[in-house]
Amino acid sequence: MVVHDALSFIAAGDPAGLLPARQQMAFTLGWHIILASFGVAFPAMILVAHWRGLMRNDATALVLAQRWAKVSAVLFAIGAVSGTVLSFEMGLLWPGLMGTFGDVLGLPFALEGLSFFVEAIFLGIYLYGWGRMPPRRHLLMVVPMAVAGVVGTFCVISVNAWMNTPAGFRIVGGEVTDVDPWAAMFNPIAGWQFAHMWLAAYMLVGFTIAGVYAVGMLRGRRDAHHRLGFLIPFSFASVAAVIQPVVGHLLGGGLGDRQPAKLAAFELATTTESPSPLRIGGVLVDGEVRGALDIPVLGSLIAQNSFTAPVRGLDTIPLRDQPPVNITHWAFQTMIGIGTLLALAVVVYWALRWWRRRDLLEHTWFLRFCAVSGPLAVVAVESGWIATEVGRQPWVVYGIMRTSEAAGDYPGLWWLLATTVVVYTGLTVGAVFVLRSMSRRWRQGQQDLPSPYGPGSRLPGEGSGREAQ
Amino acid sequence: MTVELAVAIALFVGLVAYAVFGGADFGSGFYDLTAGGAARGAQLRTEIDHSIGPVWEANHVWLIYVLVMWWTGFPTAFAAAMSTLILPLLSALLGIVLRGAGFAFRKYSPTLSQARVYGALFAGSSLIAPFFLGTAAGAIASGRVPADGQGDRWSSWLNPTSLLAGMITVACCAFLAGTFLTADATRAGHGPLAAQLRRRTLLVGAVTGVLVLGSLVPITRDARTLAQGLTGRAAPLIITSILGGMAALVLLLTRRPAAARVSAVIAVASVVIGWGAAQYPWMLVDEITIADAAGAPATLRALLLVAALAGVIVIPPLVYLFRLTQTEQWTRD
Repeated sequence: MVVHDALSFIAAGDPAGLLPARQQMAFTLGWHIILASFGVAFPAMILVAHWRGLMRNDATALVLAQRWAKVSAVLFAIGAVSGTVLSFEMGLLWPGLMGTFGDVLGLPFALEGLSFFVEAIFLGIYLYGWGRMPPRRHLLMVVPMAVAGVVGTFCVISVNAWMNTPAGFRIVGGEVTDVDPWAAMFNPIAGWQFAHMWLAAYMLVGFTIAGVYAVGMLRGRRDAHHRLGFLIPFSFASVAAVIQPVVGHLLGGGLGDRQPAKLAAFELATTTESPSPLRIGGVLVDGEVRGALDIPVLGSLIAQNSFTAPVRGLDTIPLRDQPPVNITHWAFQTMIGIGTLLALAVVVYWALRWWRRRDLLEHTWFLRFCAVSGPLAVVAVESGWIATEVGRQPWVVYGIMRTSEAAGDYPGLWWLLATTVVVYTGLTVGAVFVLRSMSRRWRQGQQDLPSPYGPGSRLPGEGSGREAQ
Repeated sequence: MTVELAVAIALFVGLVAYAVFGGADFGSGFYDLTAGGAARGAQLRTEIDHSIGPVWEANHVWLIYVLVMWWTGFPTAFAAAMSTLILPLLSALLGIVLRGAGFAFRKYSPTLSQARVYGALFAGSSLIAPFFLGTAAGAIASGRVPADGQGDRWSSWLNPTSLLAGMITVACCAFLAGTFLTADATRAGHGPLAAQLRRRTLLVGAVTGVLVLGSLVPITRDARTLAQGLTGRAAPLIITSILGGMAALVLLLTRRPAAARVSAVIAVASVVIGWGAAQYPWMLVDEITIADAAGAPATLRALLLVAALAGVIVIPPLVYLFRLTQTEQWTRD
């Protein structure tokens, strides 16, 4: 296994910049996707809380909206800069990709730029508009943010979908011609892949925020504030979690025709079997699967919607065109496992609540589960990205350009990765510290959280308390 | 006008907007850094928070706009510049990351000591980012980015034009920010703070003027093609810039910061446009022209649509945001 995966990572003749560039991209993208999810899904939850607060005169909901807005100010700021890192990296790490295909894949990025603009502008208006605008108009300012998040997601995901199902160009004599950026943008799987990530963002954010309030309830803070703070994000996450398996299945349909190597790696199919089993767990060692649990026929049923149609085996694909199999397989199954677990959990919660009139929020074990559901959703999103990205290897543009051709030839990229890890660790620690301190101060009864260096901080009774911490 | 030139202009408009608005946000880091100790600098730092807080993220997006327009419209030139200029661009990127995070963390940090750390991070990196972006611009303008992207990774930006461009960029940012902050403090009725900012801005403006005029000779010697353009086609813009800068200083001296702000914007915008006009028709000076660097025609047409959409979708709310920040409700503490 080790030998096999290592070989697929580094082949002889690859540019020195390839492996560090891939790790750099994976690390920064994996970090950003969490914040990007907040950018996509959080505004809708803030909108619901704010709307409820205004329309139903619900002070609890209004406080939630206000606090979430402040949290989003911190998260969106670091999301904006970590997104910028990715923009730079597209060119810095992958000059071969951008130089060759920049004008094919760039249009959705340009449109995403506009969405980001809209989001940033209305974020500024919304965050600083509290108490400075007519309340209803202020509430309306969240709507463009939420819409821009959706459009932006489609645009970015469409580029990734294009890398899986390249469209909108022809290659004649080694040159890219007949470029049609719209066909590239609306490539065959752009829609389904967008839907998959869009729902994933709602799951990640919904379960994470709900988990924060679940922890509060576990610590005995069982008030209306915590209940509503749990229920709004949990409801969003519930809807997304139930739809997600369907969307994921539809996205996977036809994968065997589009990217047989990826499907074979997902399913750990070493040989073509009819019908194919569903292979749970297991590792590939020296070409043989060890320790897997095989469920007959289910593999064909899920992957091919058929009782007999086989999953094409890895043995039909040249070794140089195979992805690192074990990583892809495990990442894929981790995503599926967590997604299934979360979907079942929300079904159980709502079913008991509606039909048995039982509220699982009374049960410590359920709150504990909710507390870890956020991190689990994060792991699922990361695993999904690892599965699709590693599963596409060795291609950056599937079947057209190898990742090695896209990379630059820099000698010092490991230093860049090391620096990035240090900086991002610092950012993570900083964000966690700041967010925790915000929630602590809110619990102590402070509302506005003035800047500690501001003139306001020297008002009697304020500055001293904060200094003491 | 050819479609590739139209796209290049749309890209450049974004660059000018980033230089002016993003630049003013970066420049405020200079005043934050030099505001003094926690007690003495408290009011100024609060003013900076208040002034750039609602707008910095929106202004930052101009950079994203420029990047995506560049790589989509002119992919080979983009890849070449990115490959050769990886070091200054990564340094600028580090500045951008630390600036944004430092700013957001400082605003909500619980203690003064933490706010100090984040504040230093915010203020320091606010100056690092424009410096390195300036050196990258200088590298392109002085013809040091070859079309194949195999330029020298050090001498491409460690040269007279690049280093002077970096310093001028920082100075221009600080000058812009000074006029903006002085105007904001005046409008908010913070008299002593406005007076302090006015003095500093005048000083920064004088230094900027000396720096720009003093750089002319070394840049002329170092970057021939650029110099030809600056003294030829772009000369009216450079003169406009000098007049704008002088007018801004005079307006500051006569205590009209709101008008000084407009003059300062004109000064900085015309020097950036002057750079663009001076290096026309080159995309990478002496290496590849705008026409030769252009990507697929269908994509260029789509990009013009994106630029038009930006005019319809982005500009009105942006103007609305800027107007809101100037209203009485938003000015009060």
